[in-house]
Amino acid sequence: MERKLRITVGDKTREVTVQELGADGHPLPAAVAVAAIAAAPQRRPLDPKWSTIQRDTNERMSHMLPYLTRGSKVFQPADTVAVLNAVIRSGDRVNIEGNNQKQADFLSDCMCKLDPKQINHLHMVQSSVPLASHLKAFELGIAEKLDFAYAGPQGAAVAKAITLGKLKLGAIHTYLELFARYFIDLTPKVSLVCAYEADKDGNLYTGFNTEDTPLIVEATKFRGGIVIAQVNKIVDKVQRVDIPGEWVDAIVQSPKPFYLEPLFTRDPGLITDTHVLMAMMALKGIYAEYGINRLNHGIGFNTAAIELILPTYGEELGLKGKICQHFALNPHPTLIPAIESGWVQSIHSFGGELGMAEYCAARPDVFFVGPDGSMRSNRAFSQTAGHYAIDMFIGGTLQIDKYGNSSTATAGRVAGFGGAPNMGCDSHGRRHGTPAWLKCGEEFTDQQNLLGDVPRGKRLVVQMQETFQEKMASSFVERLDAWKLAEQAHLDLPPVMVYADDVTHILTEEGIAFLHRCKGLEQRMAAIRAVAGYTEIGLQAKPAETKSLRAAGLVKTPEDLGVDRRRANRSLLAAKNIRELVDWSGGLYDPPARFRNW
Amino acid sequence: MALNQLHFEFAPATPRAFPVAAVHYGVVGSGDMEVIIEACALAGKTQVTVTTPVTGFDHVWQLVLGRFIDESQLADAHISINDNNATPVVVSLRLRQALLEIGE
Repeated sequence: MERKLRITVGDKTREVTVQELGADGHPLPAAVAVAAIAAAPQRRPLDPKWSTIQRDTNERMSHMLPYLTRGSKVFQPADTVAVLNAVIRSGDRVNIEGNNQKQADFLSDCMCKLDPKQINHLHMVQSSVPLASHLKAFELGIAEKLDFAYAGPQGAAVAKAITLGKLKLGAIHTYLELFARYFIDLTPKVSLVCAYEADKDGNLYTGFNTEDTPLIVEATKFRGGIVIAQVNKIVDKVQRVDIPGEWVDAIVQSPKPFYLEPLFTRDPGLITDTHVLMAMMALKGIYAEYGINRLNHGIGFNTAAIELILPTYGEELGLKGKICQHFALNPHPTLIPAIESGWVQSIHSFGGELGMAEYCAARPDVFFVGPDGSMRSNRAFSQTAGHYAIDMFIGGTLQIDKYGNSSTATAGRVAGFGGAPNMGCDSHGRRHGTPAWLKCGEEFTDQQNLLGDVPRGKRLVVQMQETFQEKMASSFVERLDAWKLAEQAHLDLPPVMVYADDVTHILTEEGIAFLHRCKGLEQRMAAIRAVAGYTEIGLQAKPAETKSLRAAGLVKTPEDLGVDRRRANRSLLAAKNIRELVDWSGGLYDPPARFRNW
Repeated sequence: MALNQLHFEFAPATPRAFPVAAVHYGVVGSGDMEVIIEACALAGKTQVTVTTPVTGFDHVWQLVLGRFIDESQLADAHISINDNNATPVVVSLRLRQALLEIGE
């Protein structure tokens, strides 16, 4: 028969554990017991003066408690608005998880059903605002202020809400910058996150789409905040504990799985011959020239074209094993042929890409796959990797000004940057050397002029951009639309995605401008004009000047690079459509319905 | 879709006569164009006819075609372009590819 023994020392009483019993089944002598009690973890009652956050949270959670199923953290979908009403107070900083991939859409919808008379002036701090419901909270007067990184499809709605006085904009951040502020001055009080699975204790499986969850939960919970999760499924045992249940206060199984945007899927069918030409120039003029082995690719068709000519043109140039071995990159479907051909050693991902989960799980040598057999993405870590440990960022933009500053902001659209600027910049905290980084630094005339004889490297930041986009929109402009936007939306400064002093190369169909090799701003501007084609900037180029820039190796045309224009053809693509990507993957890639056009 | 016809004439400084009877390159897909270059006795000149749905970019056509003729010195030829919203980038590429096609 089991007997419970209690021991009292001073004003403390507790049960005696088995370990504290002597061999004869009696408690150990008092002295030993006192020591055991002293050593046991005890929580002192907190001084109310120093625990206001915790007491406030406890008080709010007591209103939520009646909705939780007994013995668990689970509440019913129908009670979601009531739960949010219980824990959110006017003026709170609130985070709704959502980035450019997964979205806590059900919780966001429910937050819009709160009564704006009761709950208002919320300060939203969140990676992105791509859902209509994110903006609706502002239109309804529930939310008032926004600090974010990316708006995507809601860029126009954000601009409009600012103009109408419905939304006060804090700042447009990069992902890492915003994440950093969660731990300094923008810590959320309540965070609404999402996961694939939860158990009744709140352990979360975020899996392939782990993305921002660990960071949001850590920032919130360790400052006494409240974490509520919507999950696709409540299970007895989660596949893997990505977030410990102790850090999650309540969970709900959402009526529909969370929304997932296939943002990084590019249909090879839409890659043009011009993209192929530019991809050939990139491989010969930059990847091979610098031996780029650690990198990040933007999401456009230009970089998709590079990925797809690695197994063809890249192979022909003998570059396999010399370039493109380590990526900080989402699982781009267009990289499948290069992976399958043995080009890539490792890829760490910011997020999961819809349809790629099985493929990644089946390639654990390449992707970061857990002991449970599924990949784990993590935006904060991947952004950190992209900031410190890659030698090149290459990607597109919308506008480049005559100095080389670039922005995706256009008048009337507050699009944000997401993570691009964390990679599209030089990381000034970097101290380790690689051949590519050192070579670029050596060539960076203006930097070297400020350093004397001390060597320092430089990340390659390549803006790869056709001179004209759809509808004859010019990529090269006298002045960025970002200035106009800054005025309209009362921003502190024009939202620049990549600053001119960070850019090393501008690659257009006309050629590559090696900006970091130039001396001073005037020469940089001349090099930009030389590759700006028939745009207003390009038309200012003087033929004699362009000729001397080419002679000095500051500008290189396809002919200078030995790129044969006849071969700039879609036939160089290792896969010409989504169907061929599926074939390359051995059927493991499962493209979203909208890309299944066969 | 209303189509416009634009006509241009160029007189290269050091004319090089078009060496074959004709070449055809490209497809009139969206954002693309086809070009037909035919030999034609024009006393060292080259004529271009552009059929395009786009208006208001005549000066850009002039510049793109002018640079192409300048680089190639193509003479005694008639160039027909059937355009479907190709950017100057694509126009330049197709013209050069057409010449490369016949080994020029």
